[in-house]
Amino acid sequence: MPEYETHDHDVLVIGAGGAGLRAAIEASAAGVTVGLVCKSLLGKAHTVMAEGGIAAALANVDDRDNWKVHFADTMRGGQYVNNWRMAELHAKEAPDRVRELEAWGAMFDRTKDGRILQRNFGGHRYPRLAHVGDRTGLEMIRTLQDHGIHQGIDVHMECTIIRLLKDGERVVGAFGYERERGRFKVFRARAVVLATGGVGRAFKITSNSWEYTGDGHTLAYDAGADLMDMEFVQFHPTGMVWPPSVSGILVTEGVRGEGGVLKNNQGRRFMFDDIPENYRSQTADDEEEGWRYTQGDKAARRPPELLTRDHVSRCIVREIKSGRGSPHGGVYLDISWIKARLPNAAEHIRKKLPSMYHQFKQLADIDITKEPMEVGPTTHYIMGGVRVDADTQMSTVPGLFAAGECAAGINGANRLGGNSLSDLLVFGKRAGEYAAQFAKTQVAGAIDARQIDEAAQRALEPFARGTRGEGPYQIQYALQDMMQDLVGIVRNASEMQRALHGLEELRARANRAGVGGHREYNPGWHAALDLPNLLTVSEAITRSALERRESRGGHFREDYPSRDPGFSSFNFIVRKNPEGGMDVAHAPIPDMPEELRHVIEEMG
Amino acid sequence: MAEQKATFQIWRGDARSGRFREYTTEVSEGMVVLDAVHQIQARQANDLAVRWNCKAGKCGSCSAEVNGHPRLMCMTRLNQLDLSKPVTIEPMRAFPPIRDLVTDVSWNFRTKLGIRRFTPRPPEADGTWRMSQVDVERVQEFRKCIECFLCQDVCHVLREHHLFDQFVGPRHLVYAAALEMNPIDTENRSRDLKNTHGIGYCNITKCCTKVCPEGITITDNAIIPLKERVIDQLYDPVAKLFRMLRQ
Ligand SMILES: Cc1cc2nc3c(=O)[nH]c(=O)nc-3n(C[C@H](O)[C@H](O)[C@H](O)COP(=O)(O)OP(=O)(O)OC[C@H]3O[C@@H](n4cnc5c(N)ncnc54)[C@H](O)[C@@H]3O)c2cc1C
Ligand code: SF4
Ligand code: SF4
Ligand code: FES
Repeated sequence: MPEYETHDHDVLVIGAGGAGLRAAIEASAAGVTVGLVCKSLLGKAHTVMAEGGIAAALANVDDRDNWKVHFADTMRGGQYVNNWRMAELHAKEAPDRVRELEAWGAMFDRTKDGRILQRNFGGHRYPRLAHVGDRTGLEMIRTLQDHGIHQGIDVHMECTIIRLLKDGERVVGAFGYERERGRFKVFRARAVVLATGGVGRAFKITSNSWEYTGDGHTLAYDAGADLMDMEFVQFHPTGMVWPPSVSGILVTEGVRGEGGVLKNNQGRRFMFDDIPENYRSQTADDEEEGWRYTQGDKAARRPPELLTRDHVSRCIVREIKSGRGSPHGGVYLDISWIKARLPNAAEHIRKKLPSMYHQFKQLADIDITKEPMEVGPTTHYIMGGVRVDADTQMSTVPGLFAAGECAAGINGANRLGGNSLSDLLVFGKRAGEYAAQFAKTQVAGAIDARQIDEAAQRALEPFARGTRGEGPYQIQYALQDMMQDLVGIVRNASEMQRALHGLEELRARANRAGVGGHREYNPGWHAALDLPNLLTVSEAITRSALERRESRGGHFREDYPSRDPGFSSFNFIVRKNPEGGMDVAHAPIPDMPEELRHVIEEMG
Repeated sequence: MAEQKATFQIWRGDARSGRFREYTTEVSEGMVVLDAVHQIQARQANDLAVRWNCKAGKCGSCSAEVNGHPRLMCMTRLNQLDLSKPVTIEPMRAFPPIRDLVTDVSWNFRTKLGIRRFTPRPPEADGTWRMSQVDVERVQEFRKCIECFLCQDVCHVLREHHLFDQFVGPRHLVYAAALEMNPIDTENRSRDLKNTHGIGYCNITKCCTKVCPEGITITDNAIIPLKERVIDQLYDPVAKLFRMLRQ
C-alpha cells in the first residue's frame, strides 16, 4: 500500500491559471468547499505570460463594436467549426467578466475619458483588447490571485495530479504527488474541474513553459472523456529565432497592432502579396491605409500583418523556404520604422511594448526602437481539448468539467489573439458555477484503492530502473524534434504515418525511462512522469490531423492544401477504446440557430 | 562567443546540509544562466532542482544568487559574466532551502494574506469606474511586480535580522502601495503598516530597488510615500509641520 495524505473538497480545481482561478472563485462563491491544485507556485501559471490583451466587445474605443461582431469574428477566425454556442456565450459575457476584474482591482490602460482602453489585434474587426501595456496576463492572474486568496480556497501549490479517480462512471477525485517531498496525495471531490492549459512542450519550438505537457488532456482521456479538435494547433507567427537559446519565446501580436510590419530580406512587405478572399474586403489596400488603421482611423481597414495567425505563419514559412528569410532563419518584424511617422517614436514604443523592448534588449542585444527584430513561427496554443457542454463545461464524463486552454470548442480551427484570456474568464466562471451545482447534488463517491495503488506503482517505476534506464530528458527532446518535423505547421500523410511509428518507439523508450536520486523535488522524476502525457496528446494530434484531409485554420496539409466543405459539418474526436487504443470518430456540429446564422450574414 | 566550455559551481543540498558541486558544460552564443542549468540537468544531473516557467522574465520563478548577486537566471546572459572563473549559482539565502536552487518562499504567500484587500468605492451609474491614465500609471509601476522575491532576499531586515514576524518586506510594501494609491480603493492601511507590517524597520538602504528585475523604484516610489502617509495620519501635527519645513 502506498502512503498518501487525503484531502476532501466539494470541488477540486486542477490548475491555477486564469481558468482555474476563476472557476475556484466562482465555486467558492456558490458556497461549496474548494481545493485548487497547481504544479508551480501560485501566480506563475502560463496565464502570467500573456501579453497582448483580453478580447471583449466593450465598445469603449469604437462604438460600432458589440457581441455580434465579436461572435462573427470568432467564427470566421475558427473557420466555422467552432462550437457556436460557446462562441456566442463568450462574445456576450466577456465584457462583464472584464469589468468584474476591475472591481477586483485590475488596472487596465485608459482611454482619454478614463475608461478601459482597447487595442487592435489580428482578426478582430474593431479595437477590442483590454490591456495593460504588454503584460496583460500578469495583471489578470495577479488580480484573480489576490482576490482568490481571500475566498477561503485551499491552495495546494507545487502538486501534480497524475490520475483521476472514478467511482463507476463518475469522477470522484484525483491522485497526485507534491514536488517538495515527493509524497502522494489523494483528493476526494464531488466534482473536478480541469484547467491545466496546453500541450506546447510536445514541440521543439514553443512559447510554452515546462508545465504544458498536456496533463489535463491526458487525465480526461484516460478517464474516458472525449477530446475534440486535437489537429488544430496554433503556430504563432512571431516567436524569437535568435539567439538559439531563446528561440520560440513569444513576440506579441501587439507589436503589429501598434504598427509593426513584416518584411523579407528584400525589404518587401510580403503580407500584401497573399490576402485570403474572405478577408479581402476587410484588409487595407496599401501601406498608408494600414498605418492609419493602427493609429485609430475608423475609416481605414487593417493591414495584412493583422490577418489571422495561421495565415501569417504560413506566409512567413513561404518566405523562409523561398530563400527570402533573415540570416537566422526568420523574417523581419519592424516597429522602429514608425519613427518616420511619430515624433516620439522610441518613447512611444517603450511605453506601449515595455516587456518586448526589455526582452530583446536583454536577451538578443537588439534595440527594437532602432532596428528590426527577427521572428518566425512558434508553437503557441492548442484549440483542441476536452469536449465539453457549452453551457456547463461538463465533459462527457459525469463530474468532470474543463475550462480554458485544455477545453475545446470556442476557437474552432484557429483562435483569435485575445480570445483566450476572455475564454478563461467566461468559461472558468461557468465551470466553477456548474461544478458547484453538480457537487451539491452528489453524495461523496467511493475511492477505489486499486486505482491508487496502480497509479502509485507506475509513478515509482522510474526509480526502480534508476540510472540504468534512459534519461527522461533525452526522450522528451526526441519527441519534440519529431513532432516539430513531422506534425508541425505544414503536414502530409506520409510524414504523419512516420510520426505514428515514431510515437510507438518513443512509448517503448518512455516505459524504460529511469531516474536517479530520491523523491524530494526531483525534476528528472517529474519529467519522466510527464512523458506519457506528451505521448498521448502527440498521438491525438497526429491521428486527428491524418483524418482531416483538408486544410483549415491551424491545420495545413500540403497534400490537401484547400478547404473542403465536406469537413465543415463535424469535428474529430478521439477517445480511448476498451483495449486501450485510440479511436478517432466524428461528432456532428449541430445546426446553428437562425438568429446566429443571421448575425454572421449581417456582419459579412 | 563561439562554442566554448564554462564551469559552474552549483549549490546542491537540502534543509539539512549542502555544498557546491562543480559542473563543466558547453556554452554558446546568447545563452542565459538558466540554459546552462538546464543543460547540466539534462546531461549530468537529472535531479538538479530548479524552479522556472516562462524563461522570459515574466513569472518570477527562477530567482537565485549568481556570483553572489540576486538575479533571475533566465534574464542573466552568460556574456555578462566572467567565464574564465567558475560561475557560482546558489539559492536565495534569505529563505529556507528545500533542495538545490529551490527555496521555501511560502512565508511570502502567508504574509500577503495579512494585508487588507482591495476595497473599491461604489462604481458610477454605468457600473464602471473612470480613472485617468496618469493615476493608473502610478499604480501600474507597482503592479509590474512578478513576485520573484529577490527584493525580500536582499533586504537586511529579513536576510540578516530574520524579522519575518515583524516586517512584511519590500515586496509587500509595494503591494500595499499599489492598494493605497489605487484611485478607487477606500481602505486605509496606515495603522497596519505601522503596527503589523513593520514599515518602521525599513531604513531606506535601497538595496531592494537595486535588485528589482522589473525596475520598480521600490524605495522612492512605494516605501517613502507610505512612510509619509503613516506619519501624516498617525503622528502629531508637530511632526507633520517638521516634515513640511524640511521639504
Ligand atoms: C507568451 C504567451 C502570450 C500569450 N498572450 C495572450 C494574449 O495576449 N491574449 C490571450 O488571450 N491569450 C494569450 N496567450 C494564451 C493564453 O495565455 C493561454 O492560453 C492561457 O493563459 C491558458 O490559461 P489556462 O488557465 O487555461 O491555463 P494556464 O494559465 O496555463 O494554467 C494551467 C495551470 O494548470 C496547472 N497544471 C497543469 N497540469 C497540472 C497537473 N497535472 N496537476 C496539477 N496542476 C496542473 C499548472 O500548474 C497551471 O497552474 C498567450 C500565451 C503565451 C504562451
Ligand atoms: S530600502 Fe527598506 S525594504 Fe528596501 S532593502 Fe532597504 S531596508 Fe529593506
Ligand atoms: S518588487 Fe521587484 S524584486 Fe520585489 S518581488 Fe516584485 S519584481 Fe521581484
Ligand atoms: S523563468 Fe520566469 S522569470 Fe525566469
